[in-house]
Amino acid sequence: MNSLQQTKYFAGAITISLVVSIFFLWLLEAPLVDTAKLLVEGAFGTNQRIGDTFMIWVPLLLASASLVVTFSAGLWNIGVEGQIVAGAVAASFVAREVQGSTTVILTLMVIGGFVGGALWGLLVGVLRVRGGVNEIFGGIGLNFVATGLIVYLVIGPWSRDGVASTGGTEPFGPQAWFPTIDGLRVSPLALIIAFVSLASVMFLLSKTHFGLRLRATGKNPLAANRFGIATSRYLLMAFIIGGGVAGLAGVTQAGAVYHRLVPSISGGYGFLAILIVLLARFRGLWVIPIALFFATIAMASFQWQLRLGLHSALGGVIQGVLVLSVVLVMGYQEVRQQREQSNSRDDAAL
Amino acid sequence: MNAATFAIIVASATPLIFAAIGETITEKAGVVNLSLDGSMLLSAMTGFAIAYTTGSVELGLLAGMATSGFVAFVVAFGGIRLRVNQIAVGLILTYFATKLSALLGGEFVRKPGPSVQKMSLPVLEDIPFFGEILFQQNPLVYFSFLLVIASFWWIFHTRRGLDLQAIGERPEAAFARGIPVNTLRYFYTVLGGAFVGLGGAAFSLDAKMGWSEGHIANYGWIALAIVIFGGWHPLRVAFGCYLFGAIQIVALKMQPTLPDLAQVLPIAPFPLMILTLVFLNMRVVQSFTMRFKGIGRLIRGTAPSALGESFWPD
Amino acid sequence: MSLELRAITKRFGSVVANDTISLSVGSGEIHGLLGENGAGKSTLVKILSGFITRDQGEIELDGTKLHLLSPNEAVANGIGILHQEPLVFLPFSVVDNFLIGSPKEYGYAEAYEALSTISEQFGFDLNPDVSASNLSIGERQQLEIARLLWLGARVLILDEPTTAISSTQREKLFATIRDLADDGMSVIFVSHKLEEVQELCDRVTILREGKISASVDLPSPVEYLVSKMFGTGVLPKTRIARVNGSSLLELANASAFEQPGQIIDVNLSVSRGQIIGLAGLEGAGQRTLLRAMAGFVPFAEGSFRLQSAEISELDYLDRLGLGFYYLPADRQREGLVNGLSITEHVALSVTDQSKVINWNIARSEAAKRIEKFSIKGTVESTPESLSGGNQQRLLLALMPETPLLLLMEHPTRGLDIESAAWVWSYLLTLSESGTSIIFSSSDLEELTTYSDQIAVCFSGRIIDQFDVSEATVEELGLLIGGVHQR
Repeated sequence: MNSLQQTKYFAGAITISLVVSIFFLWLLEAPLVDTAKLLVEGAFGTNQRIGDTFMIWVPLLLASASLVVTFSAGLWNIGVEGQIVAGAVAASFVAREVQGSTTVILTLMVIGGFVGGALWGLLVGVLRVRGGVNEIFGGIGLNFVATGLIVYLVIGPWSRDGVASTGGTEPFGPQAWFPTIDGLRVSPLALIIAFVSLASVMFLLSKTHFGLRLRATGKNPLAANRFGIATSRYLLMAFIIGGGVAGLAGVTQAGAVYHRLVPSISGGYGFLAILIVLLARFRGLWVIPIALFFATIAMASFQWQLRLGLHSALGGVIQGVLVLSVVLVMGYQEVRQQREQSNSRDDAAL
Repeated sequence: MNAATFAIIVASATPLIFAAIGETITEKAGVVNLSLDGSMLLSAMTGFAIAYTTGSVELGLLAGMATSGFVAFVVAFGGIRLRVNQIAVGLILTYFATKLSALLGGEFVRKPGPSVQKMSLPVLEDIPFFGEILFQQNPLVYFSFLLVIASFWWIFHTRRGLDLQAIGERPEAAFARGIPVNTLRYFYTVLGGAFVGLGGAAFSLDAKMGWSEGHIANYGWIALAIVIFGGWHPLRVAFGCYLFGAIQIVALKMQPTLPDLAQVLPIAPFPLMILTLVFLNMRVVQSFTMRFKGIGRLIRGTAPSALGESFWPD
Repeated sequence: MSLELRAITKRFGSVVANDTISLSVGSGEIHGLLGENGAGKSTLVKILSGFITRDQGEIELDGTKLHLLSPNEAVANGIGILHQEPLVFLPFSVVDNFLIGSPKEYGYAEAYEALSTISEQFGFDLNPDVSASNLSIGERQQLEIARLLWLGARVLILDEPTTAISSTQREKLFATIRDLADDGMSVIFVSHKLEEVQELCDRVTILREGKISASVDLPSPVEYLVSKMFGTGVLPKTRIARVNGSSLLELANASAFEQPGQIIDVNLSVSRGQIIGLAGLEGAGQRTLLRAMAGFVPFAEGSFRLQSAEISELDYLDRLGLGFYYLPADRQREGLVNGLSITEHVALSVTDQSKVINWNIARSEAAKRIEKFSIKGTVESTPESLSGGNQQRLLLALMPETPLLLLMEHPTRGLDIESAAWVWSYLLTLSESGTSIIFSSSDLEELTTYSDQIAVCFSGRIIDQFDVSEATVEELGLLIGGVHQR
């Protein structure tokens, strides 16, 4: 049975990555048991840490949700990093310019961030649909343009008085801060936004006609057209939605984590989300635990560095090994499956 | 801008030339190796590490080449044999290689290490103006000149170069003519990857001496952008690299007076790349350049038609 | 060189594409390989060119046994294939195309010289420095032929070479082939164009459903060839003359061009509930006609009226809205989405647009349709897992209940007898409720059994159009072959 074979190969891939990870730990002379303990402790040991883990989980969830949408339309939205930045910029603009109560400001920040990300995504889409520019290169290019934009803002017009540094802009006024649970750095609002977005995306894709048409476009644009789907329009919409959701990650980063704009606001989460989504085989439900796992590793990295003197990139190496193994092994599995299928293909089957 | 400044531009652009020309070769064969950014870092690290421990710059450079060559092999293998999307493999490897370089390079951070020695070429160095710019450099720089010319000549003026273009353009047709498409793709991907590695090692052993994390931030992506901006044509790609080098120097000089602009300028290759793509995709431009062979090819620079699509005979 | 094939057999799953095929071609002989689409010609060509390997049988070239495991081996042994669409590298110049893939000893000097010598010898007009994208298909063929000659081909296999070239170019091509044969070349001319095979070849082998149906010297009576190509089978039952409804569609002086294929100055009128069968050889224009009527190919000239409204400017999506529906021959690529289940396909085809999908309703609707159309699959099945017949049933199931106009390419191609009969009984009930149907087919029996009217296409034109009761199967076969009778 195919699913059984798939599970076996998947387990095999996990095993391989485990072995390789242990190899790296051995290479760095890391104490295995302590490392494993700190994995859990580092992320969930104290309330403070649980909160921080969640706050890493949030942008990963949002960026992954964005990618799930665009992948279902058959697109490689590498530009997700830029869309996060665009959302953060838009949210920061609102935070700086708008006066009013916290509710008003936060609502406007969320809307503004979504719009900012959506527009940035739409740009990639237009370049592809009208300009014939592959969305990968367009996305990478616009990522850097977004970086340039944010650097310019941070050391230029939005810099702190007298200090034109890349440290960040003036912190937002208190009304523009996402409320946090007492003493912890975790914002329930951010978590809600993340889960609502992911749930909405999954709902959209699996339970609406729009989502079905989007998926048809992604799998076979020619046939989709025959069903009456205006494929170009759907591609653009995928970019708008994907970009908007990614923009929300920028909103939470700016409003709930940094409380100001910094050049590294996207934190590389967009790129990491690509790995998460590849590992999750594009399934929204699997994104949740995998993103949490990646957040856990990110948090554990701090403790590994602090307490065991291990390099902070260890976590990234483990993440990389994991995704690489799974993707390559599952690729092999699919090749074998295809070969078996075509050998036994019978036209009068069933 | 005097000769000394130009000389600096040439020197600083050299690692980028290796990377961009390497990727040009790979992409001409139809394979897109997106692992550049990570593998350059990894090569920079291994190159430095080996040079530091053995004291030999040459070994360091070779180590760098081997590193990225291997990473490139994984991309080719994943795409051709395992039928995984080339882009996916490349992206994962970028992340992995970046983190790996940081992890393993820890003990070499900010240590002083050997570097490539300057070697002025006799007679040539006395040529007014150009002598200082071109011929008072180190061997790596001279090799980069050779690479640009050699790759240009190989791709566009040899029989095998024609076959190379064919496999990137229309692999089925090349296969029908008896050309071993996938074997050549492996070869050119690894070769291109080796040059990318040379570029990475060239950074830590020459241009930006020493090793530290994020040492050569984003140069891989910049190389990728320049390949596109350069229309997959070695001469134009080289021009793009020097142009980028010039932009960086300009940005540096602008630093005290226009700090905002100075920080932002280095991202210029990317909008340039996008604009180039849009411009060149316009049918009007394409049909115009079809009429002139050599120059048309230089200007037109369209992507190999089968870029990114793996080929399977069955 | 003499080429001999003995008992070549090739299976794909349970389908036997080539069943014990034997033939021989001597030096200087032009041997025709005739057969309809699906007869097995392309499989045989792929085997000879080294793209696929045979399951059984032997291939001998001048007495030496060949394995032919790769195109390399075919090329090295002097077997040259001219593909229907020449495998030319468009951005490169003619001389570059010449060189790609040739032995490394050859350089530009040799290429230029060979090109001019061969061009002169055969009257080709090839400018070596021009980009191949500027060449017409006929010229690209010349380029390929010249190249194969240069590389020492002693056996030349031409795969449907006249599909997309003008008649002047065809004359040129035939003259070239004759010259080559005179020089000792062994030629296999693969085609389904009767007249051309008669004109050019010395002998012909006819394939039908994977087997050799006949192997004779030429010239030979056309009726005989036709009967061997299409099969005689049971005489069709007399169609009950059906009363068709009012006039619905008028196509006047319509021309359309696509690559490949064209229609020129076509006139067609369709009434409500009428079934029109488009007969003709592959590439004669039926496909382009259907696609132009669907809106995939724009009309270069002429008018297309629905009742009295001009609709030639409408695109496919608009025509869908009017009640047109198109069923492609390539079901998996053009009509169905691999990876989506039948339920999802059903949901896609539903036009009442509530935003949210109620999957329970969709599933029960899918189950209903599966039953109504006797699709051997479950609501979760995806198109890849269905047989051809079931894919066709699925496509029919996805259609709106009573479309205005149904355009179908080869409705029963690849279907087993039972599915084919089922499809037609369904189509007949549709036509009785007022749906007009225009379909193309290469099955003469199908055409004469189910059509009200038959229009015969040849080289882009409709050369004859008549009520089905007015012609016999044999006459139809002749017309298809371009032999004007009636």
